[in-house]
Amino acid sequence: MKILVSIKRVADPDNASKLKVSADGTAVTSEGLEWKMNPFDDWSLEAALRLTENAAQKNARVGEVVLVSIGPNDEHTQRIIREGLAKGAERGILVEADEGNLDAGVVSAILKAVVDKESPDLVMMGKQAADGDSNVAGTALAEQLGWPVINSAMRIMTADDGKTLEVRRELDTGVATVKVTGPAVITTSDRILQPDSVQNGVTPGDHQYAKLEVGGRYASLKGIMQAKKKPIDQTSLGDLGVDTVKALNYTKFALPPARSGETTFVEDAADLVDKLHNVAKVI
Amino acid sequence: MANVLVVAELLEGKARKTTLCAVTAAKQIAEGTGGSFDILSIGEGAGAAAGELAGFGAGKVLKAEIAGGYTCEKYAATVAEAGKGYDVLVACASAYGKDLLPRAAAKLGAGVASDISEVHVDGGKLSYTRPMYAGNVSGTVEILTDKQVVTVRQSEFDPAQASGGESPSEDVAVQSDPAADKVEFLGVEVVKSERPDLGDADIVVSGGRALKSAENFTNVIEPLVDALGAAMGASRAACDAGYVSPELQVGQTGKVVAPKLYIAIGISGAIQHLAGMKGSKTIVAINKDKEAPIAQVADYFLTADLFDVVPALTDAVKKL
Repeated sequence: MKILVSIKRVADPDNASKLKVSADGTAVTSEGLEWKMNPFDDWSLEAALRLTENAAQKNARVGEVVLVSIGPNDEHTQRIIREGLAKGAERGILVEADEGNLDAGVVSAILKAVVDKESPDLVMMGKQAADGDSNVAGTALAEQLGWPVINSAMRIMTADDGKTLEVRRELDTGVATVKVTGPAVITTSDRILQPDSVQNGVTPGDHQYAKLEVGGRYASLKGIMQAKKKPIDQTSLGDLGVDTVKALNYTKFALPPARSGETTFVEDAADLVDKLHNVAKVI
Repeated sequence: MANVLVVAELLEGKARKTTLCAVTAAKQIAEGTGGSFDILSIGEGAGAAAGELAGFGAGKVLKAEIAGGYTCEKYAATVAEAGKGYDVLVACASAYGKDLLPRAAAKLGAGVASDISEVHVDGGKLSYTRPMYAGNVSGTVEILTDKQVVTVRQSEFDPAQASGGESPSEDVAVQSDPAADKVEFLGVEVVKSERPDLGDADIVVSGGRALKSAENFTNVIEPLVDALGAAMGASRAACDAGYVSPELQVGQTGKVVAPKLYIAIGISGAIQHLAGMKGSKTIVAINKDKEAPIAQVADYFLTADLFDVVPALTDAVKKL
């Protein structure tokens, strides 16, 4: 199975409260914030690695994971791809693009061009980017390819190397199970990191992955060394023949007003109930 | 002048409240631009649901009966075809709306403004404000394509009230899509609860990883939830650990809520959790650590071991 995993570089999501907006409101500035792999894409990469390895044999690779990242061709984007290679992906593709020229529609057109070249069995990514929070690009890509898309996947099982997959996806009201005939686009939910969330018919069914609470697996030292030799192909919209223009124009950014009021530290449960009933009047 | 089509969300043959939040947004768009709105009732039981949706002031209610479980491949072509007659398509940014509308949008070549919090009309031109960066930045966006597709944040648009009248209904043809043959719906487990829906409850009580077990959620959190007549929520960590089921997650990648009262118990207040609840009117935090980030948004903070104080809190609430 060959899986294309789209990884987006985002300003450190754990410090999103430190973001600023330019004086004229036309740009978000992330000075001082480190660029990181979108955590939701990191989790998707973990699922892709599990789908293409035999975890019972020291994660021996039995398929191929290709990373694609779209953004400035600089040391930050390169580092983020290299981190994914260190975790076990085979190679990377860096599509040079000015972030100001991107929206979900342009991204999906770029990814379609990459898919047309690479012919993967699956395209995977996190269900949203920690910066844009849109949850659109994967679905738009699937429509352009004429492929099925499973959004918010929490469990992926295949017994025939990805030709068909049983996928459980999270709804607002519960969980749905679908059977998908590949190729397909899958965007992953937070639950995809659970120990039994991926079954690929190669890793023994009773293999329990370690509980991962913060993100996908850490790269081993060996993985980091090997990653230095893995190729990152550099390409551009021109090379890919993509001339899609943006459908969205952000006219203004602003920092939302901070919550007014102070924190009142209450003594005990009785004090809290008194405040909520008599002061805030919410119970 | 923008003519708007609301894409209804049905659950077991009835329109979910999320549909009515989309109607509110559609009214703002239509009234702001001198246009009108219709509703598309689509799915299993669309005909009966159309009857329920006839009293909200729509020009008409379109009906597309599609049997079997929902997949976006099964519905998107019908939505897109119906959408050809409109300028803006709107649905709630529920899991359904975020799954279906982008696919229909791609068929129509329409830009998508996802999970918006406000509609603006300026000289007849539409723009939308939406939370970004886990709610730490607000972006205002214009959609440049001929047609616009918008999903709306449930907590920012009150459900429309029935305004009387009876919109006429009209069948629309169900369209096929080869992609639909590639997905077979095997089943759905809908979590049923007697409690209010997390998406629109007045009071939400959420538990975090500090609860340590599903049993503790049952024994410590649920009595307080029920004493308050609240909905129950949870942090991502609690859901990932299996203490509660995933649809209770409040946060950037879960539900976004803005109730009158939000009580966060044993939740540290990571940016990703705050994204889902910092719009709440009154926020209470119960946590051993008074420096926990949740203190930055809490109106009331009880520094205590939750296992000591939550039962006492439940008793005190019951005595009110």
